[in-house]
Parts: sequence; C-alpha cells; structure tokens
Amino acid sequence: MSDHLILRIVGKFLIPYILLFGLYVQFHGDFGPGGGFQAGVIFASAFVIHTLLFGLESAERIAPQWILKIVAASGVLIYALVGVAAMLMGGNYLDYDFLAADPIAGQHIGIILVEFGVGLTVASVMMLLFFTFAGRGEAS
Amino acid sequence: MLAHLPVLVILAPLLGAPVASLLRGPNWPWLLATLLSWFALLCSVLLLIQVNAQGTFIYTMGGWEAPWGIEYRIDFANALLLVLITGLASVVLPYARLSVEHEIGADRCPLFYTALLLLILGLCGITVTGDAFNVFVFLEVSSLATYTLIAMGRDRRALTASFSYLIMGTIGATFYLIGVGFLYVMTGTLNMADLAERLPAISDSSTVRTAFAFIVTGICLKLALFPLHLWLPNAYTYSPSAVTAFLGATATKVAVYVLIRFVFTIFGVEFSFGAEPLAEILVPLAIIGLLSASTVSIMQPNIKRMLAYSSVAQIGYIVLGLAMGTAMGLTASLLHVFNHGLMKGALFMVMGAVAYRMGGTSIDDMRGLAKTMPLTFWAFVLGGLSLIGVPLTVGFVSKWHLILAALELGWWPVVVAILAGSMLAVVYVGRVVEAGFFGEPKDATKREAPWGLLVPLWVLVIANIWFGIDTRLTVDIAEAAAAQLMAGGVVR
Repeated sequence: MSDHLILRIVGKFLIPYILLFGLYVQFHGDFGPGGGFQAGVIFASAFVIHTLLFGLESAERIAPQWILKIVAASGVLIYALVGVAAMLMGGNYLDYDFLAADPIAGQHIGIILVEFGVGLTVASVMMLLFFTFAGRGEAS
Repeated sequence: MLAHLPVLVILAPLLGAPVASLLRGPNWPWLLATLLSWFALLCSVLLLIQVNAQGTFIYTMGGWEAPWGIEYRIDFANALLLVLITGLASVVLPYARLSVEHEIGADRCPLFYTALLLLILGLCGITVTGDAFNVFVFLEVSSLATYTLIAMGRDRRALTASFSYLIMGTIGATFYLIGVGFLYVMTGTLNMADLAERLPAISDSSTVRTAFAFIVTGICLKLALFPLHLWLPNAYTYSPSAVTAFLGATATKVAVYVLIRFVFTIFGVEFSFGAEPLAEILVPLAIIGLLSASTVSIMQPNIKRMLAYSSVAQIGYIVLGLAMGTAMGLTASLLHVFNHGLMKGALFMVMGAVAYRMGGTSIDDMRGLAKTMPLTFWAFVLGGLSLIGVPLTVGFVSKWHLILAALELGWWPVVVAILAGSMLAVVYVGRVVEAGFFGEPKDATKREAPWGLLVPLWVLVIANIWFGIDTRLTVDIAEAAAAQLMAGGVVR
C-alpha cells in the first residue's frame, strides 16, 4: 500500500473530520436527527478507512480488540443501568423524568447517557466485526 | 419492587449478558448466568402469583402510557410461559457447566453464556411485551443468539444447520414484520390491546387479511409447523446438548405463544376462525405433521435427531389444540406447551449425559445403558413414557385434554390421529428402551454420568411426574388463560 501516496494523504486528512462528524451526530441526536446508532457507524468508518490504508496491525494498535470488547459490553451496561437508576429513583424502568429534579432536565440527561451507551457499543462492535473479517486470511 | 416484576425478568439477563462476556474462564460466567436465571425464575413465579391474585399486570416502559409507549402486559398465558422459560433456564444452566465445558471448550464459555443469557432475554421479552413491534425486536435478539449457540456445536455440520436456520428464521421474522407493517398502516397503532380494539371495524379489508396470512405463516416458520419444519432437525441435532435441551423446551413454545396471542387476542376468534379458514388450514397440517414426523423419527439412527423429529410431531399436537378454536382446545394446547417443555427438556438432557460419557448420541451409544448408566437410562424411560402419554406423567394430562377437546367437537378422525401418534411414539421410544435394556454395552467400562448432570436432569424428570399427578396448578392456569384468551384477551 506504500505507493498509494495520494490515498494515504487524503485519508489522513479526512479521518479527523469523520471522527468529528461522528461526535456531532452523536450529540446532536438529543435535538434532531442523529443518535448513537448512526454516530457509532460513522465513528467506526474512520477506523475502517485507517485499516484499509495503513493495514490491520496499525489499526489494532490504536484500538486493540480486548479494549473494544470491554467498550462494547460497557455500552450496553450504561444503557441498562440508566434504566435501573430511574427505577431506583422512583420511576418505571427508563423513565428519565426521575433522573433529575426537573423532568425535562431528567429527559435530557437520560437520553444523552443512553445514546452514549448505544454509540459506544455500535462503534466498537462495528470495528470488531470489520477486524474479524479483515483478519481472517492472516490467521490461517 | 413487586411493581417492577415484568421488567426485572428482562433486566436480569440484560445486565448479565455484557458482564458475562467480560468474565474469564468457564466457571464465573456460568455462576453468574445460573444465579440470574434463578432470580428470573423467582420473579416469574411472583408474577404468576400476582396475576392470579390481581388480574392482568400492566407495566409502562419509561412511564409512557400505551398506546404511545411500549407496555408490558402480563396475563395468565404469558405468566405461564415465563415460568416455563425461566424454570427451564434454571435447570439447564446448572446442567450446562460440565456439558458445555466438555463440548465447547473452556475458552469459549464466556461467549456461550453471553449468548444463552441473550436467548433467555429474547424469549422472556417476546413473552412479556404487549407491543407487536417489540415482539419483533425480541424475536431478533433471541434468533441471533440461537444462531450463535447452534453454530457452537462440536460437529462442523452445526455451521450449516445454523446457517439454514438463519435463512428460514429470517424469512419467518420478515413475514411477521410485513404483517405487522400492514396492520400499522391500517390502524396506526402497534399496541396489541389497541390493535384488538381497532381491527374488528376494518377486518373486512384485503390488507388486514394479507397481514393475517403473513403473520401466521411467519410465526409457523418459527414454530416449525409441518411443512415449514425443515430447519429444526439439523439445528437440534448438531447444537450443543445444553442448547438443544433449552431450545427444544422453550424456543418453539414461545413462537406458539405469539401465534396464540395474534389469533385469539389481536385478530379475535371470530375473524380467525370465521372470516378466515384458519382451522381448515392448520388442522390438516398439524395432523399430517404429527403422523409423518413421528413415522420419520422411528427410522432415525441418531437419538437426538429422533427427538428433534418428535418435537415437530409434538408441535402438531399443540397447533391442533389451538386450531380447534375452542376454550378446551386452547387449554390443551397451552398445557402441552408447558408439559412438552418439561419432557423434551428432560429427554434432551439425557442425550447430553450420554454424549458426555459415550461421546455420541446414536442408538449404538445407547445400547446396554441400563447396565452402564442406570440413572441416566431410567430418566430416559420416564421421559419417554411422558412423551408417549402414559398416565401419571404430564404427557397424559395434555393428551387427555386434547382428546376431550376433539370429542367435544365430535372430531372422531382427529381422536384416532392423536392415538395413532401416541402409538408411533411407543415405537420410537420403545426402540431406544429396548436397545438400552437388552443391548450389549459398546464399552462396559463406562460409568454413570457425573452428579452435576444427573441432579438437574432428575429435577426435570420428577417435575414430569409431579405435574402429571398434581394437575391443579397447570390445568387451572391453562384453563384461566384459555378463558381470558377466548374472551378476546383485552382486559382493561
């Protein structure tokens, strides 16, 4: 891949903006179109480009699989525990009204945390899927 | 905490699954999954008591009232199913420790228990929810977990079995989703109770009839009704023993529950059996299924596969009961859902114990079992008697009610078919018992299965006898559930 100089330079230039756009979609999900699913996929796509241009080894140095597995599991746990927190504070499961004194503030806190959990899990699972398929030939 | 019972059943496996995936070694994930399944069983039993005392139990997710939000609505039918699912999980998981470590290997155990917890989550979710789209979501959760679990089988053929189930299961789920989409177009709601209220006024439209056809066909694929059962024998034969025991006892039963919920609660008896020819379609298929699958299972050299075909036959009995469209038929159907879970769970666990000691599940491995592994062998005999429907076992209770229901309608040929099915069961169970009793052991040095497998196995066998003698609990709940479903099921 070392001779694809143009691709590499353009890729390096694009990756930060893709990550930034992913974060924008993530946090904009509170007010408009967007949210954890889309943001997670966009975020992971930056790593896919990196893998395509610089190889699997380099990408796995940045995001080792064991860390991705922990992140994937903790995303689900964040989602589930926000619901439990609402339950412990007197509401039904996932009733964000109870997360703060003001119900509207509670809804904001709840949805941001839940979407954050979704984003973490989707991004890391997308990367894990890609790494698994990309690494298939090398293992055998 | 009692007010949160429906969500606690879901929450236990939901929190357990990610944690189990991070634990190391074979024992910690197992311990976590086992304790959580016992907790879920406790919640389900408490839920059943609550439903019995106070009637339908409604829980609004996130505090959003139905029909806008998702509600969990528990009446007798799904409380009974929940007890079956979590009960079987509580028995299969203790059994799984030795069996899974032996068949899958210690390094993949965390992944296995994660998938099993997700499967429990999906099945419980389908059962508790009162929202038609939410059913689809949980259906996907349970199906994806099932594909993973089947693919973990020792045999490489497990991969193709899993893949063909993936294709068939996806078609089934898609059909279901198309049907729900049509209903949503017509009514603008996805809440089951709300659908049931709005559908009668517009039921004379071709969109609603198409939706009905798609939903019934899709679910029949998932519950493996003849001739849509082709994915089942391979999937059950090649998946790990503990998975077969749990799937065989619960997965198709949950699909039966969804069918019952749609036919009786949402579309209503008059539409399903009056305007639509549901009985005319399902009764012949059920009868052909139970006779042909029983006949095929006589010829199987692999006993796990034989039991898988027998499961297709038992689905025939269950569908036959609900296709009668009467309260008695529905009672028999629900009873057999519960009872068949108990017997097939026990029988597949026997095959896991045989595989653990003998290394295979063919009829040759069963030869002389009465001498080498007497406790395992007698568990098979008792489970087999229950499968045949001998008095004092659960099999008798459900077949008795099924025959009563057929007699009430005056369907004599159906009664004959049910009895013929039992005779075929005598042949295929008898063949194995004969080999175990009179055959010469392949390897006389083999000893009894370890206690870790025998204790959970015998708990289920004793449950087979217990609920066969003391029928108050199961019959009363099934009758109450059938009465509720026949009344339209919408109890506000």
